Amino acid sequence: MKTALKIENLHKSFKTGFALKKKKILKGISINVEPGEIFGYLGPNGAGKTTTIKCILGLIFPEQGDIEILGYPYLSLKSKEKLGFLPENPYFYDYLNAEEFLDFYNRLYHIPSEQTKEKIRSLLELVGLEKAKDLQLRKFSKGMLQRIGLAQALINDPELVILDEPLGGLDPLGRKEMRDIIFQLKEKGKTVFLSSHILQDIEMICDKVAIIMDGQIVSQGKLQELISEKILFTEMIVSGIDKSDLEPLAEEITFQGDKTFIKVFREENIKDILALVQEKKGKLHSLLPRTPTLEDLFVGTVKKT
Amino acid sequence: MKIKAIALNTFKEAIRDRILYLLLFFAAAALIFSRVLALLTVGDRVKIIMDVGLASLSLFGVLMAILMGTGLVYKEIDKKTIYTLLSKPIHRYQFLLGKFFGLLITLFVMLFLMCLIFMIIIFLHNFTIEWKMFIAFFFIFLEMVLVTAVALLFSCFSTPILSSIFTLSFFLIGRTSWGLETLIKKMPSGLGKITAQIIYTILPDLENLNYKTEVVHNLPIPVDLVLFSTLYGIAYSVFVLTLAILIFRRRDFI
Repeated sequence: MKTALKIENLHKSFKTGFALKKKKILKGISINVEPGEIFGYLGPNGAGKTTTIKCILGLIFPEQGDIEILGYPYLSLKSKEKLGFLPENPYFYDYLNAEEFLDFYNRLYHIPSEQTKEKIRSLLELVGLEKAKDLQLRKFSKGMLQRIGLAQALINDPELVILDEPLGGLDPLGRKEMRDIIFQLKEKGKTVFLSSHILQDIEMICDKVAIIMDGQIVSQGKLQELISEKILFTEMIVSGIDKSDLEPLAEEITFQGDKTFIKVFREENIKDILALVQEKKGKLHSLLPRTPTLEDLFVGTVKKT
Repeated sequence: MKIKAIALNTFKEAIRDRILYLLLFFAAAALIFSRVLALLTVGDRVKIIMDVGLASLSLFGVLMAILMGTGLVYKEIDKKTIYTLLSKPIHRYQFLLGKFFGLLITLFVMLFLMCLIFMIIIFLHNFTIEWKMFIAFFFIFLEMVLVTAVALLFSCFSTPILSSIFTLSFFLIGRTSWGLETLIKKMPSGLGKITAQIIYTILPDLENLNYKTEVVHNLPIPVDLVLFSTLYGIAYSVFVLTLAILIFRRRDFI
């Protein structure tokens, strides 16, 4: 099976300032996205995420490197026919209403037919905008623009969907709905490439991630492989136990009201604390083992670089 | 098909813009003013109406072309709508041609409306339809086509304000460069004459597209001259558009 997206040794710099000094933005990016996976492209603001996406879409031209989309050269129309793209902070033709907007993008792929109306209706339904179909885009909220943006990205039933910060600017409900749509796309066998600087989003959605830092990929692979299952420490919340009893067993103890928050690093101490709670007739409110998160990996990588 | 979709979308954008109607209002006011001016004139009043009217049509037509031509491509880049558009299976030249033809449709509709008002004013004055006027209208439109192409060229790499200044300069040079032709005729042969000749060849000569005097004063208009002017307008527009496409093809959208 062909790779959904293959980027090899991508370099790009921009001329900045009055002296037009060259500033390197991408310093040899290589990424492999397999078909059917949700790939997270993670990095702090200004790391080069959007620049990479612009190179993929042919909006800017790399100085060096090669990009292949579903086996086709990235600048070919064939590759673009199978691609969907949602930009960051989308701004669209605000003088069009939702239906006209999707109809316009549809015309760039197909000659309008009897099925067009039905396709537009089902897309509006998918993104939850069926009631706003006659509303001009200038009256849309940020979240609604993100949704209509997603609808236009899916107008051609693409095999590869590129989403630039898709969850930015959405309320909690909107984020959940967007995540659900992304999972739906995966179920249909589509490949999703999404960039984000919000770690929780990537952690919840993605199968594979690449971390970009200052124009270079510093870590890439399956999420489970990057984040081991090893327990880092256990967080416990108890009440009715004296501090002096806990001190030999826990590494960190803090008090909040009548509750005691403890951080335990050694597993054998957990049993002792539980026994202590029983003995002293105290109460256990929570026991939470902490495995490494993407945040730990991310912070660790940033510190290393 | 793709060019048509972009052109129709551009047309929709332009006709939903209020600035266009403001210009149309001023154009109509200027046309009506030509009628008032005629009342104050001794002599052939129709000639005054036609003279002032055609000049207003030409001026407002070119203003519309500059205003929209310099704004529309820049707006796509500035508001980043071009990112989504160019991620679709279209070539960059298709985008630019779509914009160009969309503007031409808009300008045609606007000019049609202005001409209609103008014809009605003349008809109410002498109850005849001056068919010769259509030659002037045609060349006013051709001039607008050329100015639009130039505006589009500048807007490929510059801001709307700068593009407007450049395009306006192009228009003013074009309207006055015929003076250079007269100068060349009177110059002694030598390096100066050759230089002047080269500059004159490169510079646009919009007088080639000006048939107002002939129409107003009922002068004969030879067919071969009309053909030459048409060819000149089209060839110059195609040249400028090709230049715009070449620049746009390799541009980075940061």
